Order: sequence, then structure tokens, then C-alpha cells
Amino acid sequence: MSRYLRVVLAIYRKDAQLEARTRETFTAMAVFAIAVALIFNFAFQVNPRNVALVGPGIAWAAFTFTGVIGINRAFIFEKDRGTLEGLLLAPAGREAVYGGKLLGTLTLMLIVEALMVPVFLVFYDIALLSWWFVGTAVLATVGFAAVGTVFAAIAVHTRAREVLLPLLFLPIVMPVVVAAVSSTASALAGEGWSGVARWFSLMVAFDVVFLVVSSLAFEFVVEE
Amino acid sequence: MASTAMPATKAAGPGGWRLAVLAVAGAMMLVNLWLIFAYVPTEVSMGVVQRIFYFHVPTVEIGFVAFFVVFVASIWYLVSRKPSADRLAQAAAEIGTMFLTVAIIMGAIWAKKAWGTWWIWDNKLTTTFVLWLIYAGYLMVRAYAPTRAQAARWGAIIGIISFLDVPIVYAASSILHPAETLTTEGGLEPAMRLAHWFSFFAFGVLFVYMTMLRSGQHHDEERIDELRRTTIE
Repeated sequence: MSRYLRVVLAIYRKDAQLEARTRETFTAMAVFAIAVALIFNFAFQVNPRNVALVGPGIAWAAFTFTGVIGINRAFIFEKDRGTLEGLLLAPAGREAVYGGKLLGTLTLMLIVEALMVPVFLVFYDIALLSWWFVGTAVLATVGFAAVGTVFAAIAVHTRAREVLLPLLFLPIVMPVVVAAVSSTASALAGEGWSGVARWFSLMVAFDVVFLVVSSLAFEFVVEE
Repeated sequence: MASTAMPATKAAGPGGWRLAVLAVAGAMMLVNLWLIFAYVPTEVSMGVVQRIFYFHVPTVEIGFVAFFVVFVASIWYLVSRKPSADRLAQAAAEIGTMFLTVAIIMGAIWAKKAWGTWWIWDNKLTTTFVLWLIYAGYLMVRAYAPTRAQAARWGAIIGIISFLDVPIVYAASSILHPAETLTTEGGLEPAMRLAHWFSFFAFGVLFVYMTMLRSGQHHDEERIDELRRTTIE
């Protein structure tokens, strides 16, 4: 177990250091999220009367699409530089590689989501930030990263790698998007626990199922 | 990559079975048509268009059964690594996607007549649609995989993850739209219930036949690849 954690953290530290130096993925995700916010502003003619209705949906559409970029990048570096094989030789089960990659993607996505909160405040005059929203963001993003990491590992080995991930990822995470949008809306409306309870339990169920299944399945994805 | 070559004598066996299943499917489908268009009484409120029900509902149900087959065959493949398990998973996914496509189109036609709209985002329609999309992705991954072994492994993983996702999708869309909009088995006349179940089994046998045929084709493909490899070397 401690060996598992050591490998997870080593991979995580390596990726964090790489990202801290280049900021390639982070910049792409942040700029993309802002661009999505721009497009949705004109797609929905956002104004103070409809922002409570469309705001949560726009936020989660931006987070979901941005997540696809972050998740896609998780294995592209390794694949392009031929270092994935090296990682797989790590002295621990392959689920440790999965864990490290998942943690890295999760951190990046959460940072971008946090960054977008003030952006939405300025552009849409919508104050997303609340404890319920933080809970929603963590639960939903864990779900995204849990399935996304496995799919990214599959997609990176195919000819159509950038195209394939969203095709697999978006329909699978549909329940998470529904839950995140609904609980963000009820957090905005100040409904408290009673408003978010069902959605939180749905996301917890999704996260638990897919953290377990995906870390078991990862072994089969990368097997040679 | 594991060798998938099989002795040629095996080819005669499945072909004979397949013909028998085809005969049963054909006979059942004829009876099914008679039941649907002649035997079953016309539904009072929706009229003759309600007869689509006997095509639409069984094809949806067989579509869901197909993805249960994909799920089981995927686990079986990962455990046993038998190429036949993978061929079954792939064939069931392909035929299941076709069944769902037909079912969704028929459902939309029925809905337009019965509800005045082609589509509503209720729990059953949403789940069926999401399932269809997921398996479209499944088939694309298989098509884009560089080798047959990778297609098999990745397909198996997606087959398992997708199937586990279905109840969560259903739960999410049920919380969103709790209203039951579709007629259920309980409200049916005995004659209608009979026609529904007969149609279910008729389409079920048809599904078995088409899946056998398709997985046989995949088997032939593998053998041709194998032959090509051995003759080149």
C-alpha cells in the first residue's frame, strides 16, 4: 500500500513539475474555458433575468469541455516521448500509474474551475462560490477524472486520439453533468442540503463505481 | 498477439445451427406479423398507430439485452482471453446498436402520432439515447484500434464501464423527469400482452441469428488475416 502511494505521488510530482514549468495544458484549458464562456454568452444572450437559469449549465458545459482537453493531455506527453513504457515498469501495480495520472488531471481541472468562478462573476454577474458548489465541483470532477483517465489511455493509442476521447467521455459522464448542473442551480438558489442531497449521492455513487472499475480496468488498457 | 487460427473442419458446425435459428426466426416473424396486424385489437385512444408498440418495445428490450450480452462477454473475454468471447461481444454490440437505431426511429414516429412530438427527454428515452451514443463510441474505438488484440481489450473495458453507467444514467434522468410517460406492461389487455411477448421472443431469435452470423463473419475475417500472414511469411 505504501509502495502504491509512493508511486502515485512520484508520478503526480513529476507531472506537476512538468506542468509548473511549461504551463502548456493549464494555459490551453484556461483560455479554452474562457472562450466557451464567450460563445455561450452570445448563444444564450445571457442577461440578469436568465442568468440563474442558464448560468449553471454554461459553467458545467465549460468545465466538461475543458476537462476533455486536460484529460486528453494526460497521456499524450508520455506517448509522444515514448516514456509510457518506462512508467509502466514502475515498481508497483499499474493502478498506481492510473492513480498518479488521475490525481494530476483532477488537480488541473479543479484549478481551472476555481479560476473560472471569478470569470463568471465578472462576465455574467453570477456568484457561484459556496460550500455546496465546492462540494459539487469536487464530486463531479473526481467522476470526470476517474473515467476520463482510462478513456484517455485508450484514445492515445489510436489513430484518432483527440477525436475519440470526447466520443467516449461525454455520453458516459452525462449523469455527472446533470447532477452537477442541478446541484449548482440549487446551491445558487440557496436550497441547502435538501436541494443537493440526491445529486450528491448520485455523484458519490458514480465516483465510487468508476474509481474502482477504472483502476482495475487500467491494467488491461496498457497491457502489452 | 495470440494466434487465432482454427481448424477448417469447424466451419460446417455453426453454419448448420445458424440455418436452424434462421428458420425459427423466419417462422416466428411471420406469426408475429399476423399477431400484430390481425390478431391484436386496435387500441382505443391511440388507434391503429399503437401497433408500432409491438415492434418498438421489443426492439428496445432486445437492444438492452444485447448490451447485457456485451457486458458478460466482455468480462468473459478479459478473464479467459478467448477470441470467441470477443467476437460475441463485438457482434452483439453491432447488432444491438442496429436494434436500438431502429427502435429509436420507430419510437419517434409513434411519439409524433401519440404525443404530438417526435421526442421527449424522459428517463427511458434519455437512457436509450445515451446508451446508443455510448455504443457508437464503443464501435468507433474498435474500428480505430491498431490491432485486433487491442480492439478486444479496449472494447471489453468500454463494454463493462458502459453497462455499469446505464443505471446511473437512468437514475439521473429519473430525478430530472420523474413522470412516467410510457405505457407499461400492467395496463395491457391479455391479447396485447401476448403479442408483446411473442414479438419479444421473435425479435430475440432474430437477434441471436444476426449475432451468430456477424460473429461468424468476424471469425472468417480473423482466419483470412491469419492465412495472409502465414502465406506472406
